[in-house]
Amino acid sequence: MGQYIIRRTLIAIPTLVVISFVIFIILDLAPGDPTASLPLTVPPEVRERIRETLGFNDPFLIRWFKWMSQMFIAEPLNATEQVFNVSLGDSEERLRILSWSSRAPVIDTILERLPQTIWVLGTAFILGVLIAIPVGVISAYKQYSAFDNVGTFVSMAGYSMPVFFTGVLAIVIFSVWLDWFPSFYDTTHKVTDFDSFVFQLKQMAMPVGVLALFNAAALSRFTRSSVLDNLNEDYVRTARSKGLRENRVLLRHVLRNSLIPVVTLIALQIPGIFAGAIITETIFRINGLGKYLIDSILAADIPAVQTLTFIFAALTVFFNLIADVTYGLLDPRIRYD
Amino acid sequence: MNVTQREPVLEVKELRTQFDTQDGIVHAVNGVSFTLNKGEFLGVVGESGSGKSVTMMSLLRLIPMPPGEIVSGTAMFNGEDLLTLGEDALRKVRGAKIGFIFQDPMTSLNPVLTVGFQIQESLKIHQNMDDKQSRARAQELLEMVGIPAAADRLDNFPFELSGGMRQRAMIAVALACNPEILIADEPTTALDVTIQAQIIEIITDLRDQLDSAVIWITHDLGVVAGLADRVLVMYGGQIVEEAIVNDLYADPQHPYTKGLLGSIPRLDQKGAELTNIKGQPPNLYSFPESCSFAPRCPYAYERCWNENPPLLNVGESHFASCWWDIENNRPRYVS
Ligand SMILES: Nc1ncnc2c1ncn2[C@@H]1O[C@H](COP(=O)(O)OP(=O)(O)OP(=O)(O)O)[C@@H](O)[C@H]1O
Ligand SMILES: [Mg+2]
Repeated sequence: MGQYIIRRTLIAIPTLVVISFVIFIILDLAPGDPTASLPLTVPPEVRERIRETLGFNDPFLIRWFKWMSQMFIAEPLNATEQVFNVSLGDSEERLRILSWSSRAPVIDTILERLPQTIWVLGTAFILGVLIAIPVGVISAYKQYSAFDNVGTFVSMAGYSMPVFFTGVLAIVIFSVWLDWFPSFYDTTHKVTDFDSFVFQLKQMAMPVGVLALFNAAALSRFTRSSVLDNLNEDYVRTARSKGLRENRVLLRHVLRNSLIPVVTLIALQIPGIFAGAIITETIFRINGLGKYLIDSILAADIPAVQTLTFIFAALTVFFNLIADVTYGLLDPRIRYD
Repeated sequence: MNVTQREPVLEVKELRTQFDTQDGIVHAVNGVSFTLNKGEFLGVVGESGSGKSVTMMSLLRLIPMPPGEIVSGTAMFNGEDLLTLGEDALRKVRGAKIGFIFQDPMTSLNPVLTVGFQIQESLKIHQNMDDKQSRARAQELLEMVGIPAAADRLDNFPFELSGGMRQRAMIAVALACNPEILIADEPTTALDVTIQAQIIEIITDLRDQLDSAVIWITHDLGVVAGLADRVLVMYGGQIVEEAIVNDLYADPQHPYTKGLLGSIPRLDQKGAELTNIKGQPPNLYSFPESCSFAPRCPYAYERCWNENPPLLNVGESHFASCWWDIENNRPRYVS
């Protein structure tokens, strides 16, 4: 298993290099100029010098190599220095990926925005899974019952309505009409006491609810059909013939088998969550990574877009690996050699 | 002692099971009655689809419901009717008093749980054993069913065992709590002949040691001839003949049994032997109002098309559901 993980990680490196190259080419084709957002009063020579210092005039391959060395060498070194409070080599001279619009290191902005995204997305995701699995299992076990029918209806609705629709709907209903929750997310809010904690819950309620519903919808359907498949298997009859209680048959025998494909789907869904985050963060004005990506695209901030896109790609590769590993942990028939 | 004179452990009466499918209602078991005596080895034969498995699974209510439904009948076991017993009481019978070996060893074990776990489970539930005790007993059971290196096999998953090994593991599961009745649904069909013989030996030993009764479902009349005390022949969800094993082979009374035994004389070819019964298995979409074998029967006459024959007494402990008396070549008169 350990060997398998190492091998997969090693294979991931060339994959990621190729991905970064493709991202680079595509973004290079897009028109963009680091000085485009400067006031018109800035003279052309100054603009040229800015372009020069940002390395905009270098040939394509040089820029790509520079970006790679910054991404894979400079930034990890910086991170190590910060965490362990040491200095490795000439940390002052080290080049960093700079944003064209803010001139600040892209990685710093990302780290600054990450907590908001993780909070909202993570909660929504975990909530979604916690809802979807029991709902899916009960729906399957009580197939065609009232519970199952309601579950089918809600998940069909949840799945077929895009987040940008349910999000706006939620704002209209819960913020505008009922005035229960704030319509946008205040990222500067700090939880210090009970009241501020309640406020944090309130402002998280809608984005988390909307995303969780969307995630849970597809997942509960998938869980349901997986459990249904397994309930028809012969081994379930064997389990019953031994005189086991129904809940043991379900939890010990059926669930374990049914969750094998579900867990894989969950791991594979995680990168997709980030895509959903772009929309959710924009609607609820959460200052997270998704919003950062949208803002960078609108500002033609190519280094930021490159880096963010690459990080999303790397997450996809990473969670693919996680999916394969959990599959192996759950299913003894899978062998890694 | 003659097994038919022993005390009965299981008495099934008028069992009817059907499945509500998209194409209509499948009448899988249509009024089956039989008695199983203590320590008896009862063979059940019949072609594919004749309702052997569904009959036996209905007794422990192991058919999928829905679509399955046990429409009527009683199955008296230790003074209780298994078909109406409460869930809790039924669970105390399943696995503990009646063990079931299922037809397909490849799919009947849970793929993600170890063999040991699957055997230990019933020991823990029914005999209150702890982990250590049940493990020791599980190892003993695996040794008993002839699995080499039993201690290591306990931690194997089913996919790590061959088909024969899995079938033995399945048998170990069924035998775990020394059941009073063991129902074995074609336990040897997937296996080669030597392993078949070993498994038969394991089960007969068990019967001798514990005086358990065995219901052995099979297509193999050879196996039945050598082992069984009594035989039930099933056709179209009904028992068409019931007899002590020697009587059945020496003097089959139902044309279907004769066909099975390969001794049915054809009307057009006097003396010639036929090993196959011509025609299609019966249509189970309607409840049999006439003899379901009539369309394939060389002796069928008017009455067979109008009236479904009940099991008629045709000799000592010998019953057949047929309106024709082959020996005397005349209709059978019911007294
Ligand atoms: N779950 C089910 N749904 C619908 N029909 C079923 C179901 N299970 C069994 N049947 C039907 O019941 C009838 C009897 O099946 P059963 O499995 O008892 O036959 P069998 O005698 O055991 O045959 P075999 O020797 O092939 O095992 C068959 O016609 C079968 O199609
Ligand atoms: Mg069968």
